[in-house]
Amino acid sequence: MVRKPSSRARIGQWIFLAVVVAVAWFLGSIGAETSVQRHGALGFGFLADPTNFDIPFRLIPWAIGDTYARALLVCVLNTLLASAISIVLATLLGLLVGIMRLSANWLVRNIALGFIELVRNTPQLVQIIFWYVAVLQTLPGPRQSIVLPVGGLLNVRGLYLPSFVGNEFSSTLWPLALLLLLAVPFVWRVPWRRGLPLAARSLFLLPLSVVLFAIGVDHADLPQLRGFNIAGGVQVVPELVALCLGLSVYGSAFIAEIVRAAILSVHKGQREAALSLGLRPRLVLSKIILPQALRVMIPPVTSQYLNIIKSSSLGAAVAYPELYQIFAGTAMMQSNREIESIALLMGVFLSINLIVSAFMNWYNRRVASVGR
Amino acid sequence: MSRIRSGLAACGLALAAMLPLAGVARAQNELKSPTMDAIKQRGQLVCGIDTGIPGYAFQDSKGEWQGLDVAYCRAIADALLGSPDKVKYVGTTSKVRFSVLASGEIDVLIRDSEVTFIRNTQLGLDEPAFNFYTAQTFMVRKSLNVAHAKDLNGATICLLTGTTLETNIADYNRANNIKINTLLFDKPEEAFAAADAGRCDGYTDDGGSVAAARSTMKKPDDWMFIPETIGGLQALGPFTRLGDQAWSRLVKWVQYAMVEGELLGVTRANVDQLKASTKDPEMRRYLGLDADFGKLLGVDNAWAYRIAKDIGNYGEVYDAYFGDKGLGLPRGMNNLYNKGGLFVTPSWK
Repeated sequence: MVRKPSSRARIGQWIFLAVVVAVAWFLGSIGAETSVQRHGALGFGFLADPTNFDIPFRLIPWAIGDTYARALLVCVLNTLLASAISIVLATLLGLLVGIMRLSANWLVRNIALGFIELVRNTPQLVQIIFWYVAVLQTLPGPRQSIVLPVGGLLNVRGLYLPSFVGNEFSSTLWPLALLLLLAVPFVWRVPWRRGLPLAARSLFLLPLSVVLFAIGVDHADLPQLRGFNIAGGVQVVPELVALCLGLSVYGSAFIAEIVRAAILSVHKGQREAALSLGLRPRLVLSKIILPQALRVMIPPVTSQYLNIIKSSSLGAAVAYPELYQIFAGTAMMQSNREIESIALLMGVFLSINLIVSAFMNWYNRRVASVGR
Repeated sequence: MSRIRSGLAACGLALAAMLPLAGVARAQNELKSPTMDAIKQRGQLVCGIDTGIPGYAFQDSKGEWQGLDVAYCRAIADALLGSPDKVKYVGTTSKVRFSVLASGEIDVLIRDSEVTFIRNTQLGLDEPAFNFYTAQTFMVRKSLNVAHAKDLNGATICLLTGTTLETNIADYNRANNIKINTLLFDKPEEAFAAADAGRCDGYTDDGGSVAAARSTMKKPDDWMFIPETIGGLQALGPFTRLGDQAWSRLVKWVQYAMVEGELLGVTRANVDQLKASTKDPEMRRYLGLDADFGKLLGVDNAWAYRIAKDIGNYGEVYDAYFGDKGLGLPRGMNNLYNKGGLFVTPSWK
């Protein structure tokens, strides 16, 4: 009937899409019907209801009785924190191991190979529980804490670091200090007319930011044993550490292989040419090989990042209160809104991943266009 | 005459018309049960239990499921299918248990779960019986010197997520203006390990589960239960889907059969001897020698006899898993009403 192959293909695609939509609609209506039978119409009105549970670890204030919407925000931040730390660590470790994998040294090369094979071929959940139960839980109890320099404490309940309590100026000075800190990479790129040395251009901001911070400090809050727990200071909970270790070590093995493949994809003539120009091996790597490898690396690394974000839901196994644990557990149980909770969960993960993906694509386009 | 005759004929017709109606009325006692039909057809009961907790449901060294809840599953299969072994066990976590039941994946959920208002109404589940009475108990290290739940202010307690325990602690914190911190786990194994390693100061669950938790600690003697409980009495029991009354009724009477067995003094050891010799009418009805109690329930008349023979009465089951042969938990509330406990059964008349 339709002669043109391209329009025939397009019709096929539309039919396929229609079938997918119909199946999704059918499943959705069954789900909605079940839900309606159980407790009235679907709706997200429960997000405004007060909760009656605690979230053990959070970045923003939280009290029992706050709304489900705030619980969602607390959990999203927890998920983002674990994901962000893990992505940074996985990238650094993956880069290191990937480069080690190509080392001329037999031992270094094979250590990297052993690491990759061991990590890549064991389940991620097992690794996370290994870090939590077998490594972090062998630390001493709170009364026998290991005392670290500058007032830090380390025990089975986490790492406790001194924190600073601000005075009346801190509310204006500290954000300013943070702003200066964040400005460093941007100032680095500003073309200056008077030729100051490269590093000095931006680095003067660092001491300035430290000084501003210091003026805002009233006193330091040292962690110490009080009652059952260590009080004062900042606590880094072992659940977060175990989750981040599990995610980043596992992710790094895959990233290492991506890095290796990307470096190998750079034509060896590039390396030989650079060496024959008299560049030192380290400079060859950082100035010639890696920038070219980066283009190849970004798309597969992006999907590793997305994997890390999704796998952060494994934190539920080690009591890290991220999105999945609270919203597919406590919140779902207490609100009895299964379909809505799971839909929210999926929606939030989808949004986070789409944003990360969009950013990485933008970065990819930018890197790819340079020098070509 | 003709008027009288026609009147009689009308009466006769009316009577004739009512006969089948009476038949219908009788038949309505035999409720249709899709769940029971499905179980009979597949020849197996699918029973939702805990993923593994001493006392309620755990695997022994041979890999066989054991425990109070498992015994209940076995008793239902014994009554309906004639063998306690015709059961498929499905381990359910606290998070998914009710969804698994609502979706029809399991026939009945017997998973140390508290019977509550919301679960009956909002979740649309039937709660036919109680098989364990307990209360939320805290287990802490003796070295902490805690005597009262209020002394836990500032302490961190490990517990399982998706339970009523969280709500109880939240309520208790607010009522007493204290702060008991919580650490929420998906599965008991990790929660036990965290408590043992000192990540938390204690562990909380219902009394039976906490006794189970203590039995898994490296040094059980280092741990104690705080005598005070929170959240009031917790009655644990089986759950079925609302709408299948005949099935819920059977689940209910299987529990009553185990309690009645203990009240009558029927044990695994003496049941055959009693069956051969007893003249007690109540006992005869119970063992299926008189009356049609099995048939009225949708099973055969020897159902309670089989339960007594294969599973034992409630006291025997309790002793095996929670009593002297098990976790060493005193009977307390879980005794019969005439021995200071809460277990009663409607009379078997």
